[in-house]
Amino acid sequence: MRAFDYQRARKPEDALSANAARYIAGGTNLLDLMKLEIERPERLVDLNALALDRIEDLPDGRLRIGALVRNATLAAHPLVVARYPVLSRALLAGASPQLRNRATTGGNLLQRTRCPYFYDPAQNCNKRDPGAGCSARGGLTRNLGILGISEACLATHPSDMAVAMRALDAVVETRLPGAPGETLGRSIPIAQFHLLPGSTPQIETILQPGELITAVVLPQPLDGAQRYRKVRDRASYAFALVSVAVTLKMKQQSVARVSLALGGVAPKPWRIEEAESRLVGQQLSDDALKTFCDALLSGAQGSATGNAADPHRLDNANDFKIPLARRMMIATLRDAAKEA
Amino acid sequence: MTDPDRPSRTRDEHPPGRRALLQAGAALGLAGGLDRPARAEPTPAAPPAKPAGAHPVARKVAKVAVTLSVNGQKHALSLDPRTTLLDALRETLRLTGTKKGCDHGQCGACTVLLDGVRINACLTLAVMHDNIPITTIEGVGGPDHLHALQQHFIDHDAFQCGYCTPGQICSALGMLGELKSGAASHVSAKLDGPHEASAAELRERMSGNLCRCAAYPNIIAAITDFAGKAA
Ligand SMILES: Cc1cc2nc3c(=O)[nH]c(=O)nc-3n(C[C@H](O)[C@H](O)[C@H](O)COP(=O)(O)OP(=O)(O)OC[C@H]3O[C@@H](n4cnc5c(N)ncnc54)[C@H](O)[C@@H]3O)c2cc1C
Ligand code: FES
Ligand code: FES
Repeated sequence: MRAFDYQRARKPEDALSANAARYIAGGTNLLDLMKLEIERPERLVDLNALALDRIEDLPDGRLRIGALVRNATLAAHPLVVARYPVLSRALLAGASPQLRNRATTGGNLLQRTRCPYFYDPAQNCNKRDPGAGCSARGGLTRNLGILGISEACLATHPSDMAVAMRALDAVVETRLPGAPGETLGRSIPIAQFHLLPGSTPQIETILQPGELITAVVLPQPLDGAQRYRKVRDRASYAFALVSVAVTLKMKQQSVARVSLALGGVAPKPWRIEEAESRLVGQQLSDDALKTFCDALLSGAQGSATGNAADPHRLDNANDFKIPLARRMMIATLRDAAKEA
Repeated sequence: MTDPDRPSRTRDEHPPGRRALLQAGAALGLAGGLDRPARAEPTPAAPPAKPAGAHPVARKVAKVAVTLSVNGQKHALSLDPRTTLLDALRETLRLTGTKKGCDHGQCGACTVLLDGVRINACLTLAVMHDNIPITTIEGVGGPDHLHALQQHFIDHDAFQCGYCTPGQICSALGMLGELKSGAASHVSAKLDGPHEASAAELRERMSGNLCRCAAYPNIIAAITDFAGKAA
């Protein structure tokens, strides 16, 4: 691990005034990457003493989740369990209990990709080393993306939590250094928070350097049913191959309202609102579902197994994610409809 | 795995093969590791990838004062901020009961209790835990004063090499607290509690602790027995 200066922030202003510093919250992603020297911060500001660990039930029915609320606390919070079960389920499907006890809401949103080429400094990676090229093409693509990827980068965003938050239309609240002695705040809809890689895969979010996430706000609870389904290589403690977060309200056998986000397939949670609008008023017929899935998977590109010498390898292809995502969307929507 | 009672080596002292393997596995959170990607052929246009650690910049590090409160004892320390809680426990305080398996949050061997809550000591810095009560396996019990859960592990033959055991025991204690609080798991049918200490629940709730000897059935039996008696 490279040397760094360490500082504890007592209030958000301390953090914001620590020029060009990196923040550490749970540390479960940042320290992992610092040990591999993929992350090399010069200064680290510890956020753990900030009073950003509260969950507030706002008078208008929204829920504000402090950036330092631990993933385990959030999953078990009575208001989340009652109103946003899709979020509890997504959190409980991620990482391990020990990690969830440490991982924070802000850190989870900002966790970096699990692309094996990003993690291995002996490989070329445009995200780690802009301009170096991407060794993932034609390689082990099993956990890489099929949507929203670019020539420069095939990586996915690995968070489960973010997928549920996207289906719930969460808003990320931040503060950034303003004029001397001042700070500015902004609210970023989660749809705009993560960026597609294009030719700059090293830029992953809309945040500016030093911008501090203070909270994530969930809109008023939705009626109907919510579901989170995750398919992975083992029953627990593994990242998603594909995951689906759904909120659904039916009225007389037809869709009254729906939101659906996919995880494990793209550099950000993948959701297409126009496809949802077109599903409203329709029954969940095979045809309607096919049209909906076609829209979500439009442009999906997977790599087929490329290793002729070893055709039984499972990790060098990801085109299976296209039919898998389709089946998961259909099954999860139909399952939700039973209670929606 | 490293010898439990010898100071564990730093990453740079590992032979390159092991290091590279750890890195590839690290991406997917697999302790065993997926096959490692083939080494990149440098593309003609791009310079060969630089190994990130090739030219560490020599730099003086300001030590940071921290008081670690471990098993009821306070230790005022001045640490290189890079020291993980795991290394501080093992190397500085010589409490080698807590084990280093993967050093990347993938195995649970380093599980300790922070204010009663289980965490991975390898993915947190020691300086982040000023005056927070930490319990390690040494604080749970020892040969002359075994904790009931330790006795159940012995009675149920819940280990072979024993390397994962301290982590399993600390994890189980934290897990039973979570279960008691009514927190759901991924396999719970309902999100609101109470939840039973069924085998399926215990397996999921203990999934953050790997056992290379695969003593899993006996670990679950030991915990089930303890949970039944403690309830
Ligand atoms: C073995 C393993 C398996 C895992 N499996 C899963 C899984 O299945 N699903 C899943 O979703 N996740 C998984 N994770 C990832 C885990 O969820 C993340 O590591 C965790 O959520 C990161 O949160 P943190 O608070 O520890 O972040 P940190 O490591 O502290 O920080 C991560 C990043 O966020 C920045 N940051 C943190 N807080 C703020 C803030 N308030 N404002 C601005 N910047 C901030 C930091 O500077 C850093 O860049 C796994 C991790 C491991 C090690
Ligand atoms: S040593 Fe493996 S999880 Fe910490
Ligand atoms: S007993 Fe050997 S690793 Fe668990």
